Amino acid sequence: MSDKQIITPTIADMPEGIAGQGYFATSFDKAVGLARKNSLWPLPFATSCCGIEFMATMASHYDLARFGSERLSFSPRQSDLLMVMGTVAKKMGPVLREVYIQMAEPKWVIAVGACAASGGIFDTYSVLQGIDRVIPVDVFVPGCPPRPEQIIDGILKIQELVGNESLRRRNSVAYNELMKKYNIE
Amino acid sequence: MYKPGSDRDQLVISLLTGQFGNNIEQNEISTDMPVIKVKKSAIYDVLLFLHDNAELQYNFLTTLCGMHYPEDSQLGVVYHLHSFVNNHRIRIKTAVNLDNPVLPTATTIWPAANWMERETYDFFGIIFKGHPNLKRILNVDEMVDFPMRKEFPLEDQTREDKDDSMFGR
Repeated sequence: MSDKQIITPTIADMPEGIAGQGYFATSFDKAVGLARKNSLWPLPFATSCCGIEFMATMASHYDLARFGSERLSFSPRQSDLLMVMGTVAKKMGPVLREVYIQMAEPKWVIAVGACAASGGIFDTYSVLQGIDRVIPVDVFVPGCPPRPEQIIDGILKIQELVGNESLRRRNSVAYNELMKKYNIE
Repeated sequence: MYKPGSDRDQLVISLLTGQFGNNIEQNEISTDMPVIKVKKSAIYDVLLFLHDNAELQYNFLTTLCGMHYPEDSQLGVVYHLHSFVNNHRIRIKTAVNLDNPVLPTATTIWPAANWMERETYDFFGIIFKGHPNLKRILNVDEMVDFPMRKEFPLEDQTREDKDDSMFGR
C-alpha cells in the first residue's frame, strides 16, 4: 500500500447556509438537492460492452455505492437516473423512449460510451445515431468503452446538475419546450 | 475433416442428375462440400427428394440465406443441408429474377426454415410462397427497403455531420 491518502466522499458536503449553536439554516432548494444528489437510483439500460464496464463500476473495486448510487432500480417508475450504456438499434429506440416516459420527474439521463452518444462505429441504417435523437440527455460520457473512472466522473457531473437544480426547473418554459421538441407530453 | 470427391459426393450428384436431369444446372465439388445449382422450378422437388430419399436422408437444414447479383438482376438462395445419418453436407443454390422473386417455402420440409426464410425476406425481399408467417423478423416493421440488396446504402442517411471528404461517402 502506498502512503497516499485515498479520498472517498463519505459525508456529503454541507451546503451554504447559516449555522449557529444547535441549528443550521439553508434554502429548501439546497436541502432537497443535497438529498437527491446523494441518493440517486440509477436504471441501467445496458445493451452492450459499456454495460460490462458499468458492472465493474458497480462492483467492489470501483464501488458506485461510495457516491450513494448503489441501489439500482429495474423499474423506471422508481428511478431518477437513466443510464444508457451501449448500442441502441433503431428498433430499440421506441422502447428506450417508453422507458424514459415511464420514469417519474425529476429524472436525468446519462449516455455512456460512443454508441449511445453518436452511434459510435455503427454508422449504419439499423443503428440509432445517438440517443439524443429520441430522449433528452444530461451528460455524455465518451469512450469505447469508457473506463469505470470515466463513468464515475459522469455520475459526479450528474450529481452536480442534480444538486444545483432549481426546484422549479421542471415547470419552466425552457424545460417544457425541450420536452415538446422530443414530442413528450 | 472433409475430403473432396468421396463416394458419397459422387452418389449425391449421380442420384440428383439421374432424377432431375436438366433441372440440375451445375454441380461442382468445392473444397468444403459439393455445390449443386438447381433451376428455380425444381427447387422444392429437389429439396424434398434430398430429405426423403432413404439413401441420402438430409434431415437437417443447417442454414439458408439470400444472395444478390445486381449484374444479372438476380436474387438467389443458398441451402446448406446436413445428413446426420451419413455425416455428409451439401450446398444447394438457386436463382430467381429480381422482378418476380418468388420461391416455394421449405418450411413444409424442415420447420427450421421458418425464421431463416423470414430473415431472407427481410433483407433481400425474396417471397417464399406457402410460408405460414412471412413478415420482417429483424428490421423495424416500418422499413420499406430490403437492406442487403447491393444498391442499399449501408451508412445511416440521416447524419449531417459526416462529409464525403473525411468519411468516404
